[in-house]
Amino acid sequence: MQLVFVFAIGLLFGIGLIVSGMTDPGKVLGFLDLAGNWDPSLLFVMGGATLVAAIGFALARRRGRTLSGAPIRLPTSTAIDRRLVIGSLVFGAGWGLAGFCPGPALASLGTGRGEPLLFVLAMVAGMALFELAEWLRARGPKMA
Amino acid sequence: MTVDWIHFTPWASLIGGMLIGLAAALLILLNGRIAGISGILGGLLRPSHGDTAWRALFLLGLVLAPVLYALFKPLPELHVDAGSGMLLGAGLLVGIGTRYGSGCTSGHGVCGVARRSPRSLAATGLFVGAGFVTVYLVRHALA
Repeated sequence: MQLVFVFAIGLLFGIGLIVSGMTDPGKVLGFLDLAGNWDPSLLFVMGGATLVAAIGFALARRRGRTLSGAPIRLPTSTAIDRRLVIGSLVFGAGWGLAGFCPGPALASLGTGRGEPLLFVLAMVAGMALFELAEWLRARGPKMA
Repeated sequence: MTVDWIHFTPWASLIGGMLIGLAAALLILLNGRIAGISGILGGLLRPSHGDTAWRALFLLGLVLAPVLYALFKPLPELHVDAGSGMLLGAGLLVGIGTRYGSGCTSGHGVCGVARRSPRSLAATGLFVGAGFVTVYLVRHALA
């Protein structure tokens, strides 16, 4: 039953991305193009999303448990470290090149167009490379 | 800078954003998890028992959203300027970067900022800043 809800939440998230205009890379790049003809829409997406999500997180924190009584899993790391900085910069560069980030790219797969598919395949390959590097780092001999 | 009033969609973007926020709120309240798309997808590449089905079903909902939307309204057009090579390069960078930096526009940008996490605020400032610089280089400096 829980999984039916999770599926519906995924649908809702995707509908939100479509309604907000964020599945169109042209619109995202319009926001990132400060020196060109700037489209501030993405600020309104982030504003509306964080406002509503903040209410949800405040409720979740107050309850301490999910509605079914399961534990709530929040990220535990608070460090602003090298990984966070480099990873975010690399992500931002890729985002600026094509105008796709993970959510909108996946939500555009359902349109059947080729570009999101190509992007998602490369993105999953990038994620797999990360997993491989982590695995080698964890089990391999110390190199440096 | 000039403002693109023709493509500016304050109301649709605000309402769509609120739906995204509602989905994030429901996922934490019902499932106890952060709606970070790169983390949910990346976690599937490191499967652990009892942690796979919810990820797959959430992502299936996300992918099927345009199919549901198209039943009621025509889907918005996608304007993709990037060619195949650029799409592949961008995808690789986004895949590696989001996993190395532990999140993307949804996990850090929406959920982390909503939790007022300094780590996520820093990440969001960095990836938006890198996006500004990249688009400036591609469209203005190197074009």
